[in-house]
Amino acid sequence: MSLKKYTFTEKKDTRSGFGEGIFEAGQENENVVALCADLIGSLKLDKFIDHFPERFFQVGIAEANMIGIAAGLTIGGKIPVATTFANFGTGRVYDQIRQSVAYSDKNVKICCSHAGLTLGEDGATHQILEDVGMMKMLPNMTVVVPCDFNQTKLATKAVINRHGPCYLRFGRPSWPIFTDANDHFEIGKAQVMSEGTDVTIIANGHMVWQAIEAGKILEDKGISVEMINMHTIKPLDEAAIIRSVTKTGCVVTAEEHQRNGGLGESVAGVLARNLPKPIEMVAVNDSFGESGTPTELLDKYGLSIQDVVIAVEKVLSRK
Amino acid sequence: MSGKNIEDLQKIASQVRRDILRMVHAVNSGHPGGSLGCTDFFVALYFKILDLSTDFDMDGKGEDVFFLSNGHISPVWYSVLARRGFFPVKELSTFRKLNSRLQGHPATEEGLPGIRIASGSLGQGLSVACGAALAKKLNKDEHLIYALTGDGELQEGQNWEAIMYAAHNKIDNLIATVDYNNRQIDGDVSDVLDLMNLGAKFESFGWEVLNMNGNDFQDIFKTMEIAKSKTGKGKPIVILMKTEMGQGVDYMMGSHAWHGKAPNDELLAKGLAQLEESLGDY
Repeated sequence: MSLKKYTFTEKKDTRSGFGEGIFEAGQENENVVALCADLIGSLKLDKFIDHFPERFFQVGIAEANMIGIAAGLTIGGKIPVATTFANFGTGRVYDQIRQSVAYSDKNVKICCSHAGLTLGEDGATHQILEDVGMMKMLPNMTVVVPCDFNQTKLATKAVINRHGPCYLRFGRPSWPIFTDANDHFEIGKAQVMSEGTDVTIIANGHMVWQAIEAGKILEDKGISVEMINMHTIKPLDEAAIIRSVTKTGCVVTAEEHQRNGGLGESVAGVLARNLPKPIEMVAVNDSFGESGTPTELLDKYGLSIQDVVIAVEKVLSRK
Repeated sequence: MSGKNIEDLQKIASQVRRDILRMVHAVNSGHPGGSLGCTDFFVALYFKILDLSTDFDMDGKGEDVFFLSNGHISPVWYSVLARRGFFPVKELSTFRKLNSRLQGHPATEEGLPGIRIASGSLGQGLSVACGAALAKKLNKDEHLIYALTGDGELQEGQNWEAIMYAAHNKIDNLIATVDYNNRQIDGDVSDVLDLMNLGAKFESFGWEVLNMNGNDFQDIFKTMEIAKSKTGKGKPIVILMKTEMGQGVDYMMGSHAWHGKAPNDELLAKGLAQLEESLGDY
């Protein structure tokens, strides 16, 4: 099963997948309500708002209040979807999420766009690379990072239909659509994109496409790659990791996030406890980003296709 | 419940104050000062004012819902909930102990009936109350949302986000009350970080502002009736409730000293001697 089957004819931003997903979820369940902190256009909420104006709450530039209002809306049976940029929806309001949502186990969906370096020119104030770490540490919290437009649409509906606090992370740039709109999507269940025997690559978000492109190069070099899209960081599909690495004997992780606190760290923990094997991590290494185009930033901060290739070659040499 | 007269409520309040002293004394921790100051308000709310069911339901549909934002005064809430029949009175003896449903600050994780959200980290309750009030409107539920915050707590900026939001969005099914005792941990609110003219602040944000003596049942009933009569008119309502921290226990009144300190054996006895055991200690 070669990675060459993954191609694309169209690019779209993952946030538009969110916009489609919340609209369909809103059609299916009248308890779904949305909140936004002055970023309707960026979050692609127009369609939801047009169809369900009474179920949309504009909170202004006041994210802490938004999280509290969302928690309150669950008391009365609503399913609130609180939206903003990932920086403002996690780090800025960590204590509100911790107490009013996670500890109180409220059915709030925190759905955030513009995560990571690929938001681009706005620079490091907005390029949060720590959000997954913060959210995965919270008890009761589910953390999902889908890889393209189609999967973000599916993931949006899945987190809304899952009871309990959820964090859904997506982004700004136009990105290849390479998964199928009809794929099976299950929170907590890894998506094996290709089976292989030499190395396991575990990626999420925008880095799944980078890893697929790297995998094609590696296949041309005769390396058999098992590619896993780990769209759910928590609960983590530990069985899928152990099953794959038992076969391949080494792993590379790839994510648009700090190495500290990210997907790679979660995978390393599973392996350290169960199956110690060589691991390399493609991630931002204890650094803030800066202004630039998404591609320039991915290159500069070690998240390029070539960086994944180099990491695989390195981990293979450590087997 | 609505048949209770003021004398009945005063007896309940005396017992609740005994419960508060005994609870914090037993674990040598907790917050008696604000609890004692707000005792009359809680007794009035739960035995007279709120339309609620003791058959607890998290969603609170078809009943009034109360949120406590200043969660550290949990002793008074726990005592009143127990005395009102939400859970067994003897469970008050587990306050702040391992494996208890009565956490130091209110929480939902252990499933204590009457608690709908955790509070303790200050400044979050008004936002939650706004959300619950919106849910009531969406559900076409005519019942009201009540919330209590501290006055020192209003130093947290999130409150002012909620205050702005509630007025702009005409959340007129919300009656917020501020425990306006001018005390906080480090001293008087007016010394630590003055709220200045709090009533004028709320008014300028677009709220209906009422004043009340929170240690006078007559005034509580009268003011809460006025507050209810002002709901549904396009404005959120706030009651600035003057209370005396430590009310009912002479040595705890008049300063901020007993905000978060438990009495020793001798002072417990001295305090209990000032409070009638009207309903039987737990």
